[in-house]
Amino acid sequence: MKREPVLEAVDIVKELGSGAAKVQALKGVSMALRPSELTLLMGPSGSGKTTLLSILGCILKPTSGDVRVVGESTIGMSAEQLATVRRAHIGFIFQSYNLFPTLSAIENVRIALDVRGQSGFKAAARAEEVLRDVGLGHRLRYHPGNMSGGEQQRVAVARAIAASPSVVLADEPTAALDTENGHAVMALLARIAKEQARSVLVVTHDPRTLPYADRVVRIEDGRIVGEERRPEGLDAPEITDLAKRRKAHA
Amino acid sequence: MILTLAFRNLFHDRVRLAVTLIGILFSIVLVAVQLGLYLGSSRMITSNIDNARGELWITAFGAKSFEDGGLLLHSAERHQALAAAGVAEVIPLVVSFAEWRRPNGGSTRVVVVGTDPEDGGLVPWSLTDGTWLDVKSPDGIAVDKSYLAELDVKGIGDTAQVAHGRVRIKALTEGVRSFTQAPYAYMPISRARHLLGAPGDATSFYLVKLQPGADVESVRRDLKSRFESAEVLTAEEFRDRSLNTWLFQTGAGVALIGGALLGLLVGTVIVAQTLYSSTKDHLAEFATLRALGSSSGYIHKVILGQAGLSAVIGYVLGMIIALAVVYASRGTPLPMVMTPWLAAALFAVTIFMCAISALSAIFKVTKIDPAMVFSK
Repeated sequence: MKREPVLEAVDIVKELGSGAAKVQALKGVSMALRPSELTLLMGPSGSGKTTLLSILGCILKPTSGDVRVVGESTIGMSAEQLATVRRAHIGFIFQSYNLFPTLSAIENVRIALDVRGQSGFKAAARAEEVLRDVGLGHRLRYHPGNMSGGEQQRVAVARAIAASPSVVLADEPTAALDTENGHAVMALLARIAKEQARSVLVVTHDPRTLPYADRVVRIEDGRIVGEERRPEGLDAPEITDLAKRRKAHA
Repeated sequence: MILTLAFRNLFHDRVRLAVTLIGILFSIVLVAVQLGLYLGSSRMITSNIDNARGELWITAFGAKSFEDGGLLLHSAERHQALAAAGVAEVIPLVVSFAEWRRPNGGSTRVVVVGTDPEDGGLVPWSLTDGTWLDVKSPDGIAVDKSYLAELDVKGIGDTAQVAHGRVRIKALTEGVRSFTQAPYAYMPISRARHLLGAPGDATSFYLVKLQPGADVESVRRDLKSRFESAEVLTAEEFRDRSLNTWLFQTGAGVALIGGALLGLLVGTVIVAQTLYSSTKDHLAEFATLRALGSSSGYIHKVILGQAGLSAVIGYVLGMIIALAVVYASRGTPLPMVMTPWLAAALFAVTIFMCAISALSAIFKVTKIDPAMVFSK
């Protein structure tokens, strides 16, 4: 049975710049993200990946089109209303981690709960729980400057999922990591999608991420140009050769 | 977490924190000194009025201050006042500048204050050496210890010439200073008239005590209607008039308040600059907070938290220095005053100054684009 999308972009157009410098970064993009699914959004530099991620994350407003979060349209929402939508439904993971350097790992996670009005012992316990869940139980009081890139990205993952959002949006989460850490972070995101029934969208051009995808959406020049889905029962790594197999069958 | 983040942001850059605190400290000390001097001056100006026990003052028309009464009132006004309904007592006071001839040559000015404390009007206060009974003995007067050198005398028993007669110091007060720097010389009213060569009923002021239950305003109206060349003021009005004369017509008060405002302005600018640059440095973090879904109010609270913490730390340090200055100024002709009210007001001013300083930083983050979190 097809599950209802938690995040949906409908015919999104986004123009950036003005006057002669105006460019259309997105040209009528539609896509839907469903629970328990890890989607990769892949495409070359300048294809519109990050712009689409920003719009899906309610950070940028589209020039036209609609973003529906758990079925609710965001058309006409103010910046504060969009922030409320982000608080309620969306978790972010950034390429450069964007952790607060003056806060410890547990405080970095707690602040994501604090902006959602969750504070005190309960929030501290939840922050510790998610950090242990991502394998950082031994680094709770460490500051980002004293942690490896992989550990920092796992703190960022913990921060993104601490408030149990419906959707996790990740911008090049493996770009700054070595192979081992890159795989660890992707495995973690895949587990979050499966075990916690969340929708995870990863913007990437890193082929190492392919084995973890349930679906790969390709974007070029502001348009969705292809979509591949891993068939039921297919082992994760096999999706890397999905395109080749389909060509072979054809 | 708001205070934690504010605290960490603040202490992250120690040099900038030091600059912020120096700005606040400088501002607090300057404002405390200026307002402390203003308060000290006010107290000196009104000390005799505050220590006099009477609801109303009858003064010569246009008398500008306690020292400026002249000797223009006579017993006729006293009798007229006593005839008014609600008046219990009318107590004369003689106040006038006079020349004090220093025993070793030269002269200085003093303010002769003639009073008979037995009447319950103006009772000299803070008598530390000698009593009023000693002052009542022949030629006796009381002066403040802090002016002994100025008067060229050593203490009790020394004599000097004042106006038309000789006086002998029989008692000393402590902390009874004069804003005009002309020391007060307290003595019985008859001696004051004698020294000043004034007629036996010449008076500067009449202190009016009311009968219990009498309405001050109606008695005042009644008294005013009885005098042609005298005014009837409440103690509060006379205080205000004296303060206005000495602090504002001379420009001294304006200079003190101006100095305090300047201190506030400098402090505000320094704190605003450091908070703004701190906010700029942490812009990426504020954008991350915004992307995480924080409201703009949450970010404003972080900045205000930084401002508030700076204010509290700066205030504590500033007050330590200000209190040291107050302590050091005790024995000077113009001592600073620090009261709980002034300390509380200074705290409120510091918080206000830092909150105002935070505005530029708040405007900066209001324009923040959360999309900057995606810039690599």
